[in-house]
Amino acid sequence: MDLTLKIWRQKNSSSKGKFETYKVNDVSPDSSFFEMLDTLNQQIIEKGNDPVAFDHDCREGICGTCSLYINGRPHGPKRGITTCQLHMRSFKNGDTIVVEPWRAKPFPLVKDLIVDRSALDLIIQAGGYVSVNTGGIPDANAIPIPKMNADLAMDAASCIGCGACVASCANASAMLFVGAKVSQLALLPQGKIEAANRVQKMVAEMDRLGFGNCSNTYACEAECPKEIKVTNIARMNRQFMKAKVCAEKHEAASFGG
Amino acid sequence: MTTLNSKIPQGNLADKWTTYKSTCKLVNPSNKRKLDIIVVGTGLAGASAAASLGELGYNVKAFCYQDSPRRAHSIAAQGGINAAKNYQNDGDSVYRLFYDTIKGGDYRSREANVYRLAEVSNGIIDQCVAQGVPFARDYGGLLDNRSFGGAQVSRTFYARGQTGQQLLLGAYSTLSRQINKGTVKLYNRRDMLDVVVVDGKARGIIVRNLVTGEIEKHFGHAVVLATGGYGNAYFLSTNAMGSNVTPLWRAYKKGAFFSNACFTQIHPTCIPVHGDFQSKLTLMSESLRNDGRIWVPKKLEDVAKLRKRDIKPSDIPEEDRDYYLERRYPAFGNLVPRDVASRAAKERCDAGFGVSHSGLAVFLDFKESIARLGKNVIEERYGNLFQMYEQIINENPYETPMMIYPAVHYTMGGIWVDYDLMTTIPGLFAIGECNFSDHGANRLGASALMQGLADGYFVLPYTISNYLSSEIHTKRIPTDAPEFVQAENDLKQQLAKLMNIKGKQSVDSIHKKFGKIMWEYCGMGRTEEGLKKGLSLVPDIKKEFWTDLFIPGEMNEFNPELEKASRLIDFIELGELMMRDALQRRESCGGHFREEMQTEDGEAKRDDENFAFVSAWEFKGADNEPQLHKEQLNFEVAKPSQRSYK
Repeated sequence: MDLTLKIWRQKNSSSKGKFETYKVNDVSPDSSFFEMLDTLNQQIIEKGNDPVAFDHDCREGICGTCSLYINGRPHGPKRGITTCQLHMRSFKNGDTIVVEPWRAKPFPLVKDLIVDRSALDLIIQAGGYVSVNTGGIPDANAIPIPKMNADLAMDAASCIGCGACVASCANASAMLFVGAKVSQLALLPQGKIEAANRVQKMVAEMDRLGFGNCSNTYACEAECPKEIKVTNIARMNRQFMKAKVCAEKHEAASFGG
Repeated sequence: MTTLNSKIPQGNLADKWTTYKSTCKLVNPSNKRKLDIIVVGTGLAGASAAASLGELGYNVKAFCYQDSPRRAHSIAAQGGINAAKNYQNDGDSVYRLFYDTIKGGDYRSREANVYRLAEVSNGIIDQCVAQGVPFARDYGGLLDNRSFGGAQVSRTFYARGQTGQQLLLGAYSTLSRQINKGTVKLYNRRDMLDVVVVDGKARGIIVRNLVTGEIEKHFGHAVVLATGGYGNAYFLSTNAMGSNVTPLWRAYKKGAFFSNACFTQIHPTCIPVHGDFQSKLTLMSESLRNDGRIWVPKKLEDVAKLRKRDIKPSDIPEEDRDYYLERRYPAFGNLVPRDVASRAAKERCDAGFGVSHSGLAVFLDFKESIARLGKNVIEERYGNLFQMYEQIINENPYETPMMIYPAVHYTMGGIWVDYDLMTTIPGLFAIGECNFSDHGANRLGASALMQGLADGYFVLPYTISNYLSSEIHTKRIPTDAPEFVQAENDLKQQLAKLMNIKGKQSVDSIHKKFGKIMWEYCGMGRTEEGLKKGLSLVPDIKKEFWTDLFIPGEMNEFNPELEKASRLIDFIELGELMMRDALQRRESCGGHFREEMQTEDGEAKRDDENFAFVSAWEFKGADNEPQLHKEQLNFEVAKPSQRSYK
């Protein structure tokens, strides 16, 4: 396959960026999108120029490092996969492919196609955990958990923290990301104890970092490579309301964290 | 001269760890606050260690090369984690898990370490459940188990095909909690490029900030390496693109011994190589062997038709299929350990029965289990793996058998550590995959997650206090001390040297060449002749690297090519040591198969009389050969026997 690529190039956060056009020829349809970019970078290096910087690591769709808008869609044209799982057979010979970084205010640009997603870590640090120390834990089977709850928790927990939900959202909202973590822990007895406190802390941190609010376009669900459902946002909203309404009770139970 | 003292506690095997915990030296809470610990790597071992040490009150600095600690490659582990809970009432026990692990490792690991691992395994499951890890459960609400290779019990806990992800996110969340509390400070996008030794003890590290290119110096009363395996020496492996040996290799050059370098795990169920442009290989979890049957055709004419796509796999009748694992190993069948399964696949493909166009693939077939259990059950168990496969190969594994072939996956070898998990440099610890200690010559499935978390949650917090108790009077060493400055200057010179090569080839093109040498001569089958040939090719590759490499860009900026170059030269030097180690081990054991040493029916032939030892290599300078030390292995409980899965 012969392709034309329009790629966003920007040296660092303080310099101005622009699209550069590249040609890549003889791309195997069996190669992955990143293997195609590797080929491009090999060409660029052979000419003595600076290769395109992009984030990637596991290249099997689980670490969440990769990103990229491809032809205007986070993680490219196919549903339910990350960019690193995208194969060139999804494109046609002669296609022009536009490649851009995630664009969202809380994700400042690092270089070319790489952005800084530390804000997602900060939200987890604000409360995305169960406050238990190592050791002194009862037997794992001491509390049975209904299979349905365990399965729903697992659905939510499969979030890879890539930020596609934020990138796809017109408001750069992180509600799906936060909703997934809040839901996972609220669905399990181990997480219930701090549920009220957790949801408030995480939402407050999300707001502080400049993520927008949800206006129910469901773009996040459509673009999530792990197909996490917006019902998790609804569950988070219920948790949040409950926590606010039962504020006094929450105060009494707010130790921990 | 450094001598090897494994410091295994006295007493009965089953009592050693209990005795150790009750008698090891402790650090009181007010002194813990005065002690700094550096943890490099935030995978299962690193994240669990950093979090647990932070909880205890130490000042922890955690480093990772990724943009977030949650992205460490433990996240890609699929199938599960072992523990001796015996929830299935099928005869499991701590002893049996210990025994299976020792036997699975082909009697090349330390009894005391392995027993401890089995002992703490149950606590890991409790810990993870308490953190909110959503393990698979049955309809009664209790935890479910599956089987993995090398065991006749079901002791593997799992979270769909994403167990590593869920365990890592559990550890990451407890780490995040400590970061929030201020006991752990996180340094992301940092490459550790040297360890600083002051008066014979590890006292800090030098890192490169990958975003700014700045060189930073960090002090710690102790340094913990949790940097994973070195499978990327082969270029193609199931490791993440960034996985590297550099922290270990720099520690080795500062005096830490490197053990069993040649013990590499080639995983039997990976998606086959399909082209020169390929950048990595993808694992299909071993758990698939619970329900999938591995076969190749019995007749070569069927193989030829398959390759030409004249027939489909389903056209081959039952009687013409060779379920070679079930045929050769009736007791364990498709669930033989990984080394055995990989070699058997290679044997069939070498004999001409490989089913893909390249001839390097066998079938993993779910037809029978789909008929028996229904597509829904198979989808629930392995849905994400089937989807991954379909993405890459463009075939639907519910309808046509998967094609798989062995690929480099895990490295049992690593930095030598004693029972305290301390290296030969006092104050430098190594945990998880990066040490050599628990898996001998072959690791059993679902035991890597177990070891990473065992080391981080339950072992290191005790053993490091035993060391730090004598450091409570050590003042923090300022990073302008001469040892720090020297290490920083050496590193800057080295990086400048790399930038100044200004040749023509990219890092990847040299790495691909070197990877082919490693796979050819130090892969699944090794011979005296081949290893010598491989070793003879290393100087040329080194020369190519130092004269013809081209790194674009600058040193003091975000420069992925410079990162890769600095990792590649360490891989090349390591590869040389791997081949040297493989050459001296004139026996076959576990993942190390010397073709000269095999039984009549093609099984690995161990030599306990001469090789029941751990090799530990000491760096003797760039121009000298490393020196081999040996730690003799004594088996008091699990007496070595021929490892049979028949």
